[in-house]
Amino acid sequence: MKINDVILQTVTKIVVFIILTFGVELFLSGHNNPGGGFIGGLVLSSAFVLLYLVYDIETVQKGIPFDFKKIAAIGVLLAVGSGTGSMLFGSEFLTHTFSEFTLPVFGATELGTVVLFEAGVALTVVGVVVTIILSISEDV
Amino acid sequence: MFLSIAIFIPFLIAIFIPFIYKRVPNRNIGWFVLVVPVLLFLFLASHIPTVAEGKTTIHTFRWIESAGIHFTTYLDGLSLIFGLLISGVGSLVILYSIYYLSEREALGRFYVYLLLFMGAMLGVVFSDNMMVLYVFWELTSISSFLLIAFWYHRKKSRYGAQKSMLITVTGGIGMLAGFVMLQSLTGTFSVRETIQVIDQYTGEGLFIAAMSLVLLGAFTKSAQFPFHIWLPDAMEAPTPVSAYLHSATMVKAGIYLVARFTPIFGGEKIWFYAICCVGIFTLFLGSFNAVRQTDLKALLAYSTISQLGLIMSLIGLGSAATAQGMSTQSAIFVQATFAALFHLVNHSTFKGALFMVVGILDHELGTRDVRRLGGLMAFMPVTFTIALIGSFSMAGLPPFNGFLSKEMFFEAMLSLRGLDLFSLGAWGAIFPVIAWVASIFTFVYSMIIVFQTFFGEHHPERIERPAHEAKPGMLIAPSVLATFIIGIFFFPNLIGDYLLRPAVKGLYPTLSNVESMIPAITVWHGFNTALWMTIGVIILGVVLYWRLHSWKGIYTAAPMRLNLDTMYNGLLLKTEEGASSITRFYMTGYLRDYVVYIFTFFILIVGGVFFTNGSFSIDLSNDAPIAANEYIIIFVMMGASIAIIFAKSRKTAIILNGVLGYAIAILFVVFRAPDLALTQIVVETVTTALFLLCFYFLPEWKMEKLPKPTKLVNGLIAVSAGVIVTVIALAAQGNKLFESVSVYFENAYDLAGGKNIVNTILGDFRAFDTMLEVVVLFIAGIGVFTLIKLKAGKEERDVEDQ
Repeated sequence: MKINDVILQTVTKIVVFIILTFGVELFLSGHNNPGGGFIGGLVLSSAFVLLYLVYDIETVQKGIPFDFKKIAAIGVLLAVGSGTGSMLFGSEFLTHTFSEFTLPVFGATELGTVVLFEAGVALTVVGVVVTIILSISEDV
Repeated sequence: MFLSIAIFIPFLIAIFIPFIYKRVPNRNIGWFVLVVPVLLFLFLASHIPTVAEGKTTIHTFRWIESAGIHFTTYLDGLSLIFGLLISGVGSLVILYSIYYLSEREALGRFYVYLLLFMGAMLGVVFSDNMMVLYVFWELTSISSFLLIAFWYHRKKSRYGAQKSMLITVTGGIGMLAGFVMLQSLTGTFSVRETIQVIDQYTGEGLFIAAMSLVLLGAFTKSAQFPFHIWLPDAMEAPTPVSAYLHSATMVKAGIYLVARFTPIFGGEKIWFYAICCVGIFTLFLGSFNAVRQTDLKALLAYSTISQLGLIMSLIGLGSAATAQGMSTQSAIFVQATFAALFHLVNHSTFKGALFMVVGILDHELGTRDVRRLGGLMAFMPVTFTIALIGSFSMAGLPPFNGFLSKEMFFEAMLSLRGLDLFSLGAWGAIFPVIAWVASIFTFVYSMIIVFQTFFGEHHPERIERPAHEAKPGMLIAPSVLATFIIGIFFFPNLIGDYLLRPAVKGLYPTLSNVESMIPAITVWHGFNTALWMTIGVIILGVVLYWRLHSWKGIYTAAPMRLNLDTMYNGLLLKTEEGASSITRFYMTGYLRDYVVYIFTFFILIVGGVFFTNGSFSIDLSNDAPIAANEYIIIFVMMGASIAIIFAKSRKTAIILNGVLGYAIAILFVVFRAPDLALTQIVVETVTTALFLLCFYFLPEWKMEKLPKPTKLVNGLIAVSAGVIVTVIALAAQGNKLFESVSVYFENAYDLAGGKNIVNTILGDFRAFDTMLEVVVLFIAGIGVFTLIKLKAGKEERDVEDQ
C-alpha cells in the first residue's frame, strides 16, 4: 500500500510527537494519576502504528531502526528481572520499594522500583503490538 | 549462599556465549566455557573437608511464601558427590569437545546447551525444595533433547531426541504429581522437613501412590526397564554429550532421586522390591543386549543401562536399613549403599573414558562399527591403553577400580540369601545368580571392545581414513579418567573416607552412627564366595567370548523380535492417528462452527449451573438509579449492535463495532474510571487499525444464504448467551456473598507509595498477574510472528524430510 497524502503526512509528523509525549506522560504519571505502563505502552505503539499507516514500512524502518521483537524481549526481561532483584535483598519475588529523594531540578521526588517493572510492561506492549501489526501487514 | 549462586553461574555464562561466539567464531570458545566447570569443581572440592566432618550447609532464598516454594540449596555428602561428578566430568568433556567438534559446527549453540544442562543438573542435586528440583529435573530433559538433536538435519537424531524427551518428561510429570501428593500429606515441599514428619503418614493411601510416581520419574530418567529404550537412540548425540549426559550425569539423576528419597520411602516393602527387581532385571537385560551390538556406541549404551541397573539394585537393597534401624542386619544394607555410591563414581570414570575412546575411533577413522575395525593396537597405542583400562575395569578385573565395587556388589547380593526381610524367603538366592550371569555378559562385551577393535586383522579398506593416533589434546581427558581408574584401585579409602562415608550418612539421616557400619575398602578379602564368583565370571566369560559365533543365534530367535521399541513406535503412531482423527472431526474450518462450540459450551455450563443451583434471584434494590445520559449511551450501543447484523459492507460493520467500543469507554468515564476509559480508547484505536490491516486479506463480503433452521439456531445461541451474561451481572450485583476486598487497597499510598489504586494493584499488589500477562502477551506476539514469517512457501521443501 503506497499512500501519498501530503496533508496527512504533514499532520502526522507533528502529531506523532504529541502522541509520543502523551504516552511518556501517561507512563510517568501512572503512579498517582490515571496512566501506567500498559496504557503508556499502548499509546506509544499507536503512534508507531500511525506512522506505518501514513508512510510505507521501508521509510519508517529507515527512521526508526529498531527490531521491535527485541524491544518486546527486553521488556519481558525487565519485568521479570525487576521482580528477581528484590530476592537479592532477602525479600520475596516481585516485592517493590519506594522512597523520597531530593533531586536537583525536581525537588523532593518519590522514586520507586515499580517504575522498572512498569517500564518492562510498556516496552513489551510496544514491542508486541508493533510486531503483530508489522508481521500481518508485511505478509502480502 | 555461594552455592545457590554457583547453580546460576552456568546459566549466566550461557547468556554471554552467543556474544562471545560472534567475536571468537572458532574452537577457542571452548576454553572460555571450560573455565566454568573447572571453577565450580574447585569451589565444590573446597567443601570436601567440611562435609567429611559431617557438616551440612543449607541456604534459603525466600521465594513464594504462600505456596511454600523457596529456593533452598542443601549441601551434604550425597549432593557433593554428584556435584563433583557434574563439574569434574563436565570439565573433562568440555576439554575433549574442543578437539572433537569441527569448527564448522554451531559451537556457540553446543556450549549454550551444555552449560544449560550443567546448571540444571547442579540444580537437581542441590535443591531441597521439591518444586525447584522438579523444574531443574525437566530442564535437564530439555537440554538433553536439544543436545541429542544437535545434528537436527538427521532423521535419527530427531527421532532419538523426541523419544528421550517423551519418555523422560512423562516420568517427570508423574514425579511432579508424586511431589504434590507428598505435599498434600505433609504440608511441605522441603525434602528434609518431609523426612522428619513422614513417619506419621506412611499408612495413608496417597503415600504408596506418591512413591510409585516418584519411582516412575527415577526409572524413566535412569533408563530402567521398561523405559530403557530411549538411551540407545540417544546415542545419536555428539560423543562428548553421550559421555557426559548419557553415561556420567543425567542418567544418574534417577539414582540420585531414589537415594535422596530413601529416608522418606525406604521403610516400605514395595519400594525395596520395585527397585531391587527392576534394577537387577535391567542389569541382566542391558548386559545381554550389549553383546549383540555391532555399533560400539550402542554397545556402550546398553552397557550403561546395565550398570545403572546394578547401582539401582544396590540402592534398593540399601533402603532396607531405613526400616531396620540400628541392628546387625542393617550393616549389610548400609554396605550395599556404600557399594552403590562407590560403583557410581567408578562407572563415571571408566564409562566416560570408554565413550571418549569410541569418540576418538569415530573421529579418526570415520566408523565405530566393530565389524569394520580391528588390529588398531599398533596404530593407536594410547587409545588402546585407555580402552584396555576402561574395559577391564568395567569387566571387574584387578587392578582397576571396577574390581573393588564389583566385589562389593557380589557380597551385597550374596548376603540376600537366607535373609529374614520383607518375607523374602528363599527367593533371595535368585539375586546373586542373576547378578552373576549378568556379570558374565558384562565380561563378554568388555572383551569385544578391546579385542575386536584393537586385536585381530587390520583391514584398511574397511575404514574411511587411514588409521593413526589421535591428537594429544583429545587424549588428555580420557587419560585423566584412566589415571583415576587405577588411582582409585590403589587408594580406594581416600574416596571412601572423604566422599562416600559422608554421602552414606546423608542417605540415612535417621541412623545416628551409620559410619561405624562401613568397613574400609580392601583389595584382598581372602578366598571368599565373591572372589570365586569373579573367577567364575572370568572363566565362563572367556569361554563364551571364544565361542561367540556359535551361540549368537539366540539373539535372532523368535521371542527376541518382540521388543519394546516396536511397541513404542506403534503407540506413538496410534496416538497421532487418534489425535488427528479427533481434531479433524471438530475442526471444520468454518468460523461459525467454532463460535457455536464456544457459546454452546458457555451456555450449557454457566446456564446449567445457574439452573441447578437456582441462583436466579435478582435483587435490584441496592442498584443506583440510571441517569438520562446513561440511557442515551446504552441506546446508542443497542442501535449499533443491531445495525451490525444488517450491515451491507465489512467496513460499516467494523466501524459499528468501534462505536460499541467507544461507547463502553464513555460509560467508564461516566462511572469515573479514567484508567479503564483510557485503556479502552487506546485499545479500540489499535484494534481498529489491526482490523483494517486484516481487512486487506479477506474476500468479498457476500450476503450469506443460510437455511432457515441454521439461522434459527444461530439466533437462539446469540440470544441465550446474551441473556446469561446479563443475568450473571445482575445476580452478582444483587447477592454479595463475600466481604469486599477493596478495603485493603484503600491503604495503597502507605503500602505501595502510589495514589492511583488501579496501578498499585497492577504493579504492586497483584504484580505476579501482570508479569505473567506480559509474558503471555510476548508469547502471543512471537506466535503471530512465527506463524506468519516462518510458514513454508508453496514451492519450498518440507524441512521435516531432509
